[in-house]
Amino acid sequence: MFNGFLTTLFRPFTYVISEFGRVWFMLMETAYWTFRRPFKFNNLFKQMEFVGVKSLVIVIITGAFTGMVLALQSYSAFRRFSSEGLVGATVALSMTRELGPVLTALMVTGRAGSAMAAELGSMRVTEQIDALTVMALSPVKYLVVPRVLASLLMLPILTVIADFTGILGGYFVGVKLLGINEGVFISKMVKYVGLDDIYNGLAKAAVFGLILSLVSCYKGFYTKGGAEGVGKATTEAVVASSVTILISDYVLTSLMF
Amino acid sequence: MDDTTIRIVDLHKSFNGQVVLDGIDLEVKRGKITVIIGKSGGGKSVLMKHLIGLMKPDKGEIWIDGLDITKLNERELNRVRMKFGMLFQEAALFDSMNVFENVAFPLREHTRLPEKDIKRIVEEKLKAVSLLGFTEKLPSELSGGMKKRVGLARALALDPEVILFDEPTSALDPVISLTIEDLIKETQMHLQKTYVVISHDVAGMFRIADTVAMLYEGKIVASGTPYEIKRSSQEAVKEFLKATKIPGFAGGEL
Repeated sequence: MFNGFLTTLFRPFTYVISEFGRVWFMLMETAYWTFRRPFKFNNLFKQMEFVGVKSLVIVIITGAFTGMVLALQSYSAFRRFSSEGLVGATVALSMTRELGPVLTALMVTGRAGSAMAAELGSMRVTEQIDALTVMALSPVKYLVVPRVLASLLMLPILTVIADFTGILGGYFVGVKLLGINEGVFISKMVKYVGLDDIYNGLAKAAVFGLILSLVSCYKGFYTKGGAEGVGKATTEAVVASSVTILISDYVLTSLMF
Repeated sequence: MDDTTIRIVDLHKSFNGQVVLDGIDLEVKRGKITVIIGKSGGGKSVLMKHLIGLMKPDKGEIWIDGLDITKLNERELNRVRMKFGMLFQEAALFDSMNVFENVAFPLREHTRLPEKDIKRIVEEKLKAVSLLGFTEKLPSELSGGMKKRVGLARALALDPEVILFDEPTSALDPVISLTIEDLIKETQMHLQKTYVVISHDVAGMFRIADTVAMLYEGKIVASGTPYEIKRSSQEAVKEFLKATKIPGFAGGEL
């Protein structure tokens, strides 16, 4: 009985650990197939378009409004110390180091990660993945590799765009609406934001891209149980990716800065 | 040349303690249609997934052309899989590709044929299943019976030695079922390949089978020509045939 109690108590932990292990195996398999011929550039470009180009609008909107609200909030805080001039630097640092990569990753998870899980999930339940295996082709090479590579490549690019539109949004609110001196706004920003801040943010974005695509593909790839299973896999993909992104964000940040 | 393509020896498989295959012994003859009949949920699909290496048995051997495929790794298995084509229950067409691309897919992936040869082969295969005018359609625009015909054309594309059919007539109306059965028989007569069909549709499958094997409670309880099976004195066989109520079948009304 005590044994049963322990099993119940530790079930969530064993579940998380075994899931982590399986995702790790999928990562290894993905890495193996990435460097095996023949290379399918068509599939890769298609996924890059899906993950990257089609996420542009949502990333621009997210970046712009985040920058704008950051300017608004930091202005009201800095005004108490009469240091409104720091708004530009604050917006730029927050965007490049933290909010650019994280919010981009979360938005892409919602848009593209969920679609990856749903697509692979429905391919699983309609036996299309088995059909690939039966044709002596690796489903990981055909389905997972292009999605993971595309996300790994596109997330940093999307993050640059989010950073830029965020700073632009901050500039618009700070300088044009709240009347901060333009010269001060920009000079403080240039003084306090280094290239390291941007690079580290982009490295994080690449890791987030890997996480969201790998977790989403994993959830879709091992879907069970018809339409309901596909729905469940999609939900789990978004939740698991987002949580993993946020946790790894802390770990990466503590290692980098 | 040995006339046995596939030999299954004492195959066992359980899922979470539930026994599904309990010592299967079966021989599949080269160039013939072997039909495995049995109840839905009785392990037919599991048996078929073992034949092509999608599942590993707990115990037992599957010999295909002198190789025990249960002992092979994924790369060696892929070499064996090249001898197989498979028609899935729901056809499993790639829904991002149209009919032509679906049938061309195995050719494009496994051969270096120029595009005009691929086009010729695809058209030939689609003609064999009477779907030549549908090359541009997407799977979502096709009926269930048409999907299965495209699935058959795709399975035939690389001229495999063995073709597996997973419930080819399930979820189809009787008329379409009949055309699919005829198509299976016609292509087999024409190509002389080994066909393995799993089905619970007794009447239809007895029309086309050379050999029928009955799967019951994880074992092959009877196997022989359709005629022999109809005359079988085995309780399980009689009961199964009786349920189909086909005139002339054991237990059915005459």
